[in-house]
Amino acid sequence: MLEIKNLHKSYPIGKDSLHVLKGIDLSVQAGELVAIMGSSGSGKSTLLNIIGMLDEADEGEYFLDNVPIKNLNEKKAAQYRNKFLGFIFQSFNLIAYKNAVENVSLPLYYQGIGRKERQEKAMFHLGKVGLKDWAKHLPNELSGGQKQRVAIARALAAEPKLLLADEPTGALDTTTSYEIMEFIQQLNDEGKTILIVTHEEDIANMCKRIVRLKDGVIMEDSYITQVRASQYV
Amino acid sequence: MFRFLVDRDSWQEIYDSLRKNKFRTVVTMIGVWWGILLLICLLGAARGMENSFNRLFGDFATNSVFIWGQTTSKPFKGFQEGKRVRLTLQDAKAIEREVEGIEFVVPRNQNGAVVIKGFQSGNFNVNGDYPLLDKVQKKKLIHGRFINQNDINEKKKITIISEDAYKQLFEKDEDAIGQFIQINGINFKVAGIYEASMMGGPSSDLHIPFTTFQQIYNQGEDIGWMMITGKPEFDIKQIELDAKLLLKNLNKVHPKDKRAFGSFNLGKEFKKFTGFLAGMQFLTWFVGIATLIAGVFAIGNILLITVKERTKEIGVRRALGATPFEIKRQIVMEAVLLTLVAGLLGIISGGLILMAIDAAFGQGEDATLVNASVSIPIVWLALGILIVLGTLIGLIPAHKATSVKPIDALREE
Repeated sequence: MLEIKNLHKSYPIGKDSLHVLKGIDLSVQAGELVAIMGSSGSGKSTLLNIIGMLDEADEGEYFLDNVPIKNLNEKKAAQYRNKFLGFIFQSFNLIAYKNAVENVSLPLYYQGIGRKERQEKAMFHLGKVGLKDWAKHLPNELSGGQKQRVAIARALAAEPKLLLADEPTGALDTTTSYEIMEFIQQLNDEGKTILIVTHEEDIANMCKRIVRLKDGVIMEDSYITQVRASQYV
Repeated sequence: MFRFLVDRDSWQEIYDSLRKNKFRTVVTMIGVWWGILLLICLLGAARGMENSFNRLFGDFATNSVFIWGQTTSKPFKGFQEGKRVRLTLQDAKAIEREVEGIEFVVPRNQNGAVVIKGFQSGNFNVNGDYPLLDKVQKKKLIHGRFINQNDINEKKKITIISEDAYKQLFEKDEDAIGQFIQINGINFKVAGIYEASMMGGPSSDLHIPFTTFQQIYNQGEDIGWMMITGKPEFDIKQIELDAKLLLKNLNKVHPKDKRAFGSFNLGKEFKKFTGFLAGMQFLTWFVGIATLIAGVFAIGNILLITVKERTKEIGVRRALGATPFEIKRQIVMEAVLLTLVAGLLGIISGGLILMAIDAAFGQGEDATLVNASVSIPIVWLALGILIVLGTLIGLIPAHKATSVKPIDALREE
C-alpha cells in the first residue's frame, strides 16, 4: 500500500539547513491503522506532509499503491491527492461559508463529478458519520466533534486509498476524542488504511501499530494490542 | 477549456465566496462603478455638446468662405489706392473654373427694401439668389418651394419669404402661397416660406431670383459677395488664398493688398470648434479610462487582501485536490464578475443620469446639451475593456494565491 525507502528532508534556515528526516523506511499494508508518534520537532508532521504530497522529499523513494510519487508538478500532485488521499486536520479546516454537505462534496467537485451525484454521495457520507440532520448547518453552528466528523466525511467522500489524520483529536476534549477515535476504528474495521499523527499515548494505543519518531529517525516500530475506544464512550 | 463558463458549479463557488462578505464585495465594486459612471456621463455630455453644435450649424456647408469686395490699400497699375472693388459674375465663374477643389461658387446680392402687403409693411433685406444656395445653406421650407432655374431664366417675379417676414406681413394661418407682396413697389408672388436658421452669414428675409434682382436694382454683372464651398478633402484656407489671388489679378489689385477683399472663413472657425470638441472628447476618454483603471486596481488590491485572508481556505482546497489552475480560474472569474457587475451598474446609473440631464437641459430650441447619449458600440467597448482589465488585474491575486505552497497555506493561522 505504502512504501517509503530512505526518505530525507531538510529545510533551509538562513544559511544552514535543518535536517528533519534522516532516512525513513516505512511500509504500510492495506487495512492498517498506524499511529505516528513523536515529540514536536521529531519530524512526524513533515513525514505526514510528504506522504500527503503536500511537501516533497529531498531524497528517497515513495510508492503509493505501487505508483511512484516523484517529481510531481502542482497539477499532478493535486490530482493524486484527490484520487488517493483523504485529509483530516487538527483544526478541521472546514470552509466557513459552506454548510456541512457542501464541505463534504468539495473533493467530489474537484473530481469533476456532477452536481446531483455529488449531493447524493456527500449525503451518504454525512449519514455515515451520523450528521444527516445537520447537512444544512454551517460549521460555526456545529460542535467540535461534529466539525471533525464532517471533516472525516469530507475525507471519505472521494473514497481515498489512504486516510491521513494530523492530530485529529488535538482540538477536542477527551470524551469527544474517544468518540472520534471510535469512529476511526470503525472505518478501519471496514478496511480503510489510516495514518494518524498524534502525541497522545491514549490515542496511539487505540491504533494497531505505533511508529515512534525521534530527531528524524524511526526509534521504534511495533504492533500493539488495540484498545477499543468504545469501552470509554 | 471554457466549459466552466456555463458550469453552474463554478458560478456557485464564486457566488458563495462573494456572498461570504457582502460589504467587502460592495466596497470593492464602488471603484469601478464610479469609473464607468463618470465615463458614461462625460461621454454623454460631450456628445450632447457636439449635437447642439451640429444643430446650430444645421445643414450649412461648413467648408465655406465668404468673399466680398472692399477698397484697395495700395496703388497698382495706375490706379490710386482707395479704389472701390466690386465683384462680378465673371469673377465667380473664373473662380469656379480656375481654383482647385471648388464644389460650388454662389454669387449673391442683397439690398434693403420696403415690403408692403395690404396695410402691412416693413423693411426687409432682399436677396438675389441662385437655386444653388439651397445646396450650401439648406433652406427648411415650411410651405412651397425654393427658387428654380426656370425662375432665373425667365426673371420671374416670385419670392421666398422667411417665417418672420410671413408673421409680419400676413394674418395668422393665412395661406401666403400665391399671394402678392410689393417689394419696392413691384408685385412679387410668394412661392415659399422657410424656417430661419441661426447660421448662414448675413441675415436674410426675402429671396428673389438672381436675375430678377439684377433687373430691378439695375445691378448689371455686379454681385454683393460670393460664397465659395470647397470639396471636403480640400483645405478651405488654401482655397481662400487661391481665390483671393485670382480676384486680385482679375480686378487689377496689388497682390499684397490686404484690404481689397474682405472675407469670412467659416471652415476655419468651424475647424477650431471641432478641434475643441475633439480635444474635449479625448479628455473625456482619458479621464474616464484613468478612473476606470483606478477602480479596477482597487478591485485587484482588495482581492489581494482577500486572498491573503483566504490563504488557509485555498490550502484546504488544494489539499482536497484543486489544481493551481482551478484556484487561479476562480479568483480571476471573481475579479471579472465584480468588474462586470460594477460596470453594468455604472452603465445603467450613468444612463439614468444622462436621461435626467436630457430631461433638464436637453429640451427646447436653445438647449445646451442636445440628446446627451452614449452609443451602444461604446458601451460594448467599455464592457470589453472592463473584462480585459478585470482578467489582467485578477491574475495578480490569482498568482499570489497559488504561489504559496499548500503546506504553508495550511500552517497559516
